[in-house]
Amino acid sequence: MASVFTNIGNWVNERAPGLMPVYRKHMTEYYAPKNFNFWYYFGVLALVVLVNQLLTGIFLTMNYKPSAAEVAPGVSAAFASVEYIMRDVSWGWLIRYMHSTGASLFFVVVYLHMFRGLLYGSYKKPRELVWILGMLIFLALMAEAFLGYVLPWGNMSFWGAKVIISLFGTIPWIGPSLVEWIMGDYLPADATLNRFFALHVIALPLVLLLLVVLHIFALHEVGSNNPDGVEIKKGPKGNRWSEKAPADGIPFHPYYTLHDMVGIGFFLIIASFIIFYAPTFGGWFLEHDNFVPANNLATPEHIKPVWYFTPFYAILRMVPSFFGTAIWGVIAMFGAIVLLFLVPWLDRGTVKSVRYRGTGYKVALGLFALSFFMLGAVGAGVSAEMIPKIFGADADSTFIENLFGRFWTIVYFAFFAFLWAYTHFGYEKTKPVPDRVTTHD
Amino acid sequence: MANDAVVDQGRRRFLTATTSVVGGAGVVLAAIPFVKSWEPSVAAKTAGAPVVADISKIEPGQKVTFEWRGLPVFVVNRTKDQLDALPTLDSHLRDPKSDNAAQQPEYAKNEYRSIKPEWLVVTGLCTHLGCVPDFFPDLKPEPFDPQWKGGFYCPCHKSRYDIAGRVYEGVPAPANLAVPPYHFVDDTHVLIGVGPEGKV
Amino acid sequence: MFAKLAGAALACLMTFASATASEGGGLQSAGVSLNDVASMQRGAKLFFNYCSGCHSLQYLRYSRIAEDLKLDPKDVEKSFVFTGAKIGDQAKNHMPHAGGTQWFGKAPPDLTLEARSKGPDWIYTYLKSFYLDPSRPLGWNNTLFANASMPNPLWELQGIQVLKPASGEGAHGGHEGGAALDLHTPGSQTPEQFDQTARDITAFLQYAAEPAALQRESMGVWVLLYLALFTFIAYLLKHEFWKDVH
Repeated sequence: MASVFTNIGNWVNERAPGLMPVYRKHMTEYYAPKNFNFWYYFGVLALVVLVNQLLTGIFLTMNYKPSAAEVAPGVSAAFASVEYIMRDVSWGWLIRYMHSTGASLFFVVVYLHMFRGLLYGSYKKPRELVWILGMLIFLALMAEAFLGYVLPWGNMSFWGAKVIISLFGTIPWIGPSLVEWIMGDYLPADATLNRFFALHVIALPLVLLLLVVLHIFALHEVGSNNPDGVEIKKGPKGNRWSEKAPADGIPFHPYYTLHDMVGIGFFLIIASFIIFYAPTFGGWFLEHDNFVPANNLATPEHIKPVWYFTPFYAILRMVPSFFGTAIWGVIAMFGAIVLLFLVPWLDRGTVKSVRYRGTGYKVALGLFALSFFMLGAVGAGVSAEMIPKIFGADADSTFIENLFGRFWTIVYFAFFAFLWAYTHFGYEKTKPVPDRVTTHD
Repeated sequence: MANDAVVDQGRRRFLTATTSVVGGAGVVLAAIPFVKSWEPSVAAKTAGAPVVADISKIEPGQKVTFEWRGLPVFVVNRTKDQLDALPTLDSHLRDPKSDNAAQQPEYAKNEYRSIKPEWLVVTGLCTHLGCVPDFFPDLKPEPFDPQWKGGFYCPCHKSRYDIAGRVYEGVPAPANLAVPPYHFVDDTHVLIGVGPEGKV
Repeated sequence: MFAKLAGAALACLMTFASATASEGGGLQSAGVSLNDVASMQRGAKLFFNYCSGCHSLQYLRYSRIAEDLKLDPKDVEKSFVFTGAKIGDQAKNHMPHAGGTQWFGKAPPDLTLEARSKGPDWIYTYLKSFYLDPSRPLGWNNTLFANASMPNPLWELQGIQVLKPASGEGAHGGHEGGAALDLHTPGSQTPEQFDQTARDITAFLQYAAEPAALQRESMGVWVLLYLALFTFIAYLLKHEFWKDVH
């Protein structure tokens, strides 16, 4: 048996001698710091979800019909084909729930993965490019999620598409014609659905895959950061696997592949629990109003984006329009994402890991994370529900919600300003960073 | 670094094998839904449900085509002349005794290839490349066969079948026309898609 | 057993989630369960007797109902199919769309996905919240869904409800759906029996909205057990190899 594999291996190696070095570079001879903790699972989990989305997505396209043509009164072919998948295709319901749950879990792991970067300074020199590529992945992922959300052509799909596309309408001069160009019609219609389908299943997946490959290559060029923020490549050399490798590094394969396998196991348990016992997750992953076919004459009562967009949606809503244009909210919303791109240059601090950074950074990062949750709650309409319960039915809930939402919007943006000022003017009192990584077992 | 001796290679191999087997089984199990999703859906199965054919209006010598699972199914009311001619053709046929079991159910393996002698029920697709053969019922010389005793002639590649759907020697088609599962619900109705004992 | 545990865990998990998911207050809990086949069977019979004249279940096949609710397909064909459809067909109805619009002001909606868009509690409360209102074209109104165009199809069972005088005229029916109503003329069922009737219909619609729920809830436990086993073995393997790392 073993000799058969060896022979096949040799046969391939003689003909494609470039493959083995690639495998060694990224697996057996990629030396990752030995002190990865819980936060370091989310990168590989994002990869697992990506594979899940590609696989289930391919199978969904086999039965989904990207057509707004009416097949029954008020029902489009697209909407009906989703129910066809849920009912008539063998196991279609499972494939669909894997895809819809995967979409939400993608954002769960990506947000945690990004937060890890902020915690341990993974965006800092020499990993700025890794961070930038990661942010581009995040952008592509948001576009991909939005496009996919439109495809079932339910009423939330329709109105979500309408609202998001309308954002482009706030751009001066070209806005209105841009909106028509994006939709290919005067409202989200068959042409819109068809092109969104093409973008969702071909164009953006290709972009995402390319960016993910570049993200990993860029990372493996400079090496992984770790919870201590210590550069293992600058430390002593020599470990039990190699004379020249960093002393604090261990081969990615088999040590981290096995380590990640356990994490993936736990993750799949959580994912399966949702898929089999709570696929709509109480209306957070699949919204109630999206089980109603698209109706261009009736907006759903609770129109709001899916949970992963709600923080940005809240910022959009909290910024009022003035000088006769609504573009300020749009600018703020996109600014909230653009600022994340700039973090490597806003943060002038020399210490990477939160473990050794000043108290100011710890507090600011905590508040930043909290603002993200609070804005999410505002965007999802949780605050609008809670305000009458807390302040009584007679309270001016719009006023209170705006006050609350604007406060957390300011906190969100203040984080970036603080980060720059705090590090640029030398207010940060850091703790000494150890020479070698530490392990707490 | 000095602990190499402590490593229990046997345990490692055992755990690696166990994880591979359990993980591999999981991958295979996870593949099942995806493979199964290619099976005909409930909608396709419903569309392919057995079809009731009303044969009360089919005159002797006439053929009516019904559709079952998207296939043309010929139902022919054969005349006595046509039936009498059948045994005389045996020497010109490739499979006169219907020995190829794939082409008809057991209950249609007889000299008429049918349940009731006069009623022929066959799938109207040439066994060569799937064209629909034309129906030439009359016992009279035809351009393609001066000795013609009635039957089917495929326009695509000139395959010939007799009035029991049996293929002639020396034509491209390899086998007799297939007999689908069917049975008589009553004297005037045939259920195409289900055999006499409820066999599909 | 596991399904119940899972349900309990989920209930805790989603107390927060349901804060926004539910349509606000005023709904009575339907308390339906997909394990109660008898209730869904009764609900199916009630639906096809009282509702299917106007409302379709256009994504649900009769054959699927028979299979999932353990009913004899012949009985289903005899007692549920009034439209000449075949057992494998979907439960579409006869009422032409335009006709429905003309008779009710709004075509009666398809109800296959009602339990997914509105939720079972809404359906349950809605069915119990009809009252007599001569100002409406068909003489009926509803405290949960003011000025609904639908008349009460179950009035012979429920009896006739009227608004309590204190709550007066207008769309608002009080804080609890149905609570502001008095039973003016009793029907053929007691209020308790009628609650069960409404619950049965709700249970059937809950099933109709997602027949796959029966499958997914019964097989999920095996998937989770497998994953737990795999994760445990993977952990042992990881632990063994990581003895190299100091």
